[in-house]
Amino acid sequence: MPAVIKDLRPERDEKFARIISVGGYRPPRIVTNAEVCERIDSTDEWIKERSGIESRRWAGPTESVVDMAVAAAEKAISKAKITSDQISAVIVATITYPYQTPSAATDVALRIGNPKAAAFDISAACAGFCYGVGLANDLIRGGTAEYVLVIGVEKLTDFIDLDDRSIGFLFADGAGAVLIGPSSTRGIGPTVWGSDATAREAINQKSSWLALKPGDVHENPDLHWPEIQMQGQAVFRWAVWQMAPIATKALEAAGVAAADLDAFIPHQANARIIDAMVKALALPSHVPVSKDIKNSGNTSAASIPLAMEAMLESGEVASGGTALLIGFGAGLVYAAQVVQLP
Amino acid sequence: MAHSAEEVLAGLAGIVEEVAGIPASSVLMDKSFTDDLDVDSLSMVEVVVAAEEKFGVKIPDDEVKNLVTVGDAVNYIVKAGL
Repeated sequence: MPAVIKDLRPERDEKFARIISVGGYRPPRIVTNAEVCERIDSTDEWIKERSGIESRRWAGPTESVVDMAVAAAEKAISKAKITSDQISAVIVATITYPYQTPSAATDVALRIGNPKAAAFDISAACAGFCYGVGLANDLIRGGTAEYVLVIGVEKLTDFIDLDDRSIGFLFADGAGAVLIGPSSTRGIGPTVWGSDATAREAINQKSSWLALKPGDVHENPDLHWPEIQMQGQAVFRWAVWQMAPIATKALEAAGVAAADLDAFIPHQANARIIDAMVKALALPSHVPVSKDIKNSGNTSAASIPLAMEAMLESGEVASGGTALLIGFGAGLVYAAQVVQLP
Repeated sequence: MAHSAEEVLAGLAGIVEEVAGIPASSVLMDKSFTDDLDVDSLSMVEVVVAAEEKFGVKIPDDEVKNLVTVGDAVNYIVKAGL
């Protein structure tokens, strides 16, 4: 007879999970459209009209992905009023950590003073933060973790061609972290997620790292840094008309009506996508919609926690409010959930 | 469902007015969406999606870049609806 597998860990009274705190890190350097236009053939008006962006933050050469992640994490930990050794797992969502291994998450764990925490990175591009929130919720509810730190962080300026007029104005740098922990009430609704892998090429890296392997980049002019590129029209179409029904499904799965939302915090991809999505969703006009992109640009995995922090700090939405989150991006991949704001 | 070129032009003109705020009367067959009507690439996607819905046709992403003039779009939709 096979051995009976038991779970002998003490049972927790709190069966659910919630976001306890949020912290953001915005690099100090503000880059205006005028400055961007010194590198690309464009205008302030064109950029504002196409993207809603007025300025963005670019990290400096000495500000790394992990530096930004740690700054955001420390803010979230201090607001949560816990100590870092209480964190069971560190999840970092990023596509711009420039090391294959070890992960960014292990360095974050080390630098926040908890080198024993489970730590791993996830690669789900602009959906990465919502993937992380879904994972953290399940880890806590499943008893595998007590407190989980979820960080979305990107230094996209390292991976895009800043001289490319179709993309150089759009992407930016930053980090946002949330501390997720046990709760006696349900603070995170079901995650509706998935992919559309047939459109993998819509946002991709131009070539494999292996293309750089044969020789020294400086000696071989045929070798190019494999930047991230995007088919703007195809992504716009997918993001608006395929993602609005996903947002609706997340609301339905959580039993929350759109009219009862206190905030809609979509990935800050482009203000035009957000506007069209709000229209496609038929979101009631009294629900505040984050437009953090205006002064942040598109920070991929970092955009939702940064937007969340900004909405809470400005008083646009109150702590404890109900918000719909949706992340979508390269893969193409997506995830959405309704959460109670910290 | 088959549509005549006149029906499609009238419907498309209404969509362009709705999406981009350009008077329907200036949406004529020989006009270029970008150069004459100032419809930008993202508004063009909105026009295409609305046209798909209105005329019950599919306009793939790869096709959108070939629709330079209003006439290109009208002809594509008429053919796709046959």
